[in-house]
Amino acid sequence: MTDRPLKVLIAKPGLDGHDRGAKVLARGLRDEGFEVVYTGLRQTPEMIVTAALQEDVDVVGMSILSGAHMTLVPRVCEQLRARGMGDVLVTLGGIIPDDDIEPLRAAGVAGVFGPGTTIREVADFMRARATPREA
Amino acid sequence: MTEPVGTPAERAAALAAAARAGDRRALARLLTAVENHTAVAEQALRVLYPLAGGAHLVGITGPPGAGKSTLVAALIAELRAAGRTVAVVAVDPSSPITGGALLGDRVRMQSYASDDGVFIRSMASRGHAGGLAATSTSAAAVFDASGFDIVLLETVGTGQSEVEVAAAADTTVVLEAPEMGDEVQAIKAGLLEVADIVVVNKGDRPGAQRTAAQLRAMLAPPGEAGRGSGPAARRPEVLVTTAMSGEGVPALLAALDRHRARGSGEATPAARRARAAAQVRGVLVERLWARLAAPGLAGATDAALEAVARHDTDPYAAADALLAALGREETR
Ligand SMILES: Nc1nc2c(ncn2[C@@H]2O[C@H](COP(=O)(O)OP(=O)(O)OP(=O)(O)O)[C@@H](O)[C@H]2O)c(=O)[nH]1
Ligand SMILES: [Mg+2]
Repeated sequence: MTDRPLKVLIAKPGLDGHDRGAKVLARGLRDEGFEVVYTGLRQTPEMIVTAALQEDVDVVGMSILSGAHMTLVPRVCEQLRARGMGDVLVTLGGIIPDDDIEPLRAAGVAGVFGPGTTIREVADFMRARATPREA
Repeated sequence: MTEPVGTPAERAAALAAAARAGDRRALARLLTAVENHTAVAEQALRVLYPLAGGAHLVGITGPPGAGKSTLVAALIAELRAAGRTVAVVAVDPSSPITGGALLGDRVRMQSYASDDGVFIRSMASRGHAGGLAATSTSAAAVFDASGFDIVLLETVGTGQSEVEVAAAADTTVVLEAPEMGDEVQAIKAGLLEVADIVVVNKGDRPGAQRTAAQLRAMLAPPGEAGRGSGPAARRPEVLVTTAMSGEGVPALLAALDRHRARGSGEATPAARRARAAAQVRGVLVERLWARLAAPGLAGATDAALEAVARHDTDPYAAADALLAALGREETR
């Protein structure tokens, strides 16, 4: 089956206490035809990477509002590589200062999405850039 | 894990060996292959199926929001405290229109990120033409052969194929939340029929004990309750749990173990064959569809579906015509 849906993990790392945005994204991506694993609030990098590994996702999409992205996101990318999942597409949504974008890209984040981004844009990006792997 | 190369059989052998040696990434890749029904999956299952059979496969089903995932999380805690390893397959429905799915059961099963004795996998039902039971029991076989002691299969108890998933397990738990009204209505007869154990969850809510009592009364008439018939038929136990606090969960685990210990000795041959039939039927339907979609017959299949869509012919005649076409293909 080559036209199987892309599988995406939507994760909310850090301590900020509401996940309305992440849930809206998760539902929106489902409506775009993705299989979306949603993991809830307060995820540590280790929890995110374990979930990504067990679920064998094509994409890890993180959403952070707390400002902790510079510590949490590179750790996720690092651990993904360490566990043999360097080919998983990583995206980040939230309020990310321009100065942080280059270092995040260097750490392995393929796409950074600011507040005005539509779900369609996120979906199109994931479809264009993720490489679904055949086992 | 290094990405295996070679023929499907070679890749399958490498992945299967790695998964059995404890490589979680290889295990995850195998599960993907099983979900996608690839050649690798078929080869791997050929190796792994005979090695499976040691794990206790437990189906957990019930209406949306009854607390299935919360109960699975509570069972994981109980099992880990006893040093037993546990795998979870949590199935959620795919949208028939977009093919998308929201897999949210993990939310309730956090806190095991650094525990190699727990592996949780979400799966979309993908509208497999009757093959969902085959897919999820194949996934369970992969876990089983990889050394997990118990596999918990969560599915929503709405829709025939979802119920079939739970019914194909060694032990089937049907979960219910307390009813606020006078009648226990939410449990459809079909759901109760597959139950080995009935659990009324949300025991902290008013009405839980009363719902349990009603269910016991419903299931009481001797001789006709339970799966199968004859002297071996046994009516399902009815338990009350509060998954959120863990209350009643040790008793549930004890009931699961008891059911397992009675085991296949007590399942009638007819019940065992019915489970096997559910597994094979799904694969069979899927294989038939694949052959109808293959180049030789795709045109005829399309034409037949078109004709039914236009009401030029009826589904029965179309199916018979396609079966006849398959037969002709065979003898060529
Ligand atoms: N009061 C009470 N609430 C509970 C209990 N167990 C679960 N819940 C709540 O019931 C809601 C649904 O729980 P889930 O575990 O997600 O239920 P589910 O059956 O897995 O739901 P679906 O997978 O969506 O069908 C959540 O808000 C839980 O917190 C319980 O024992 N008592
Ligand atoms: Mg659930």
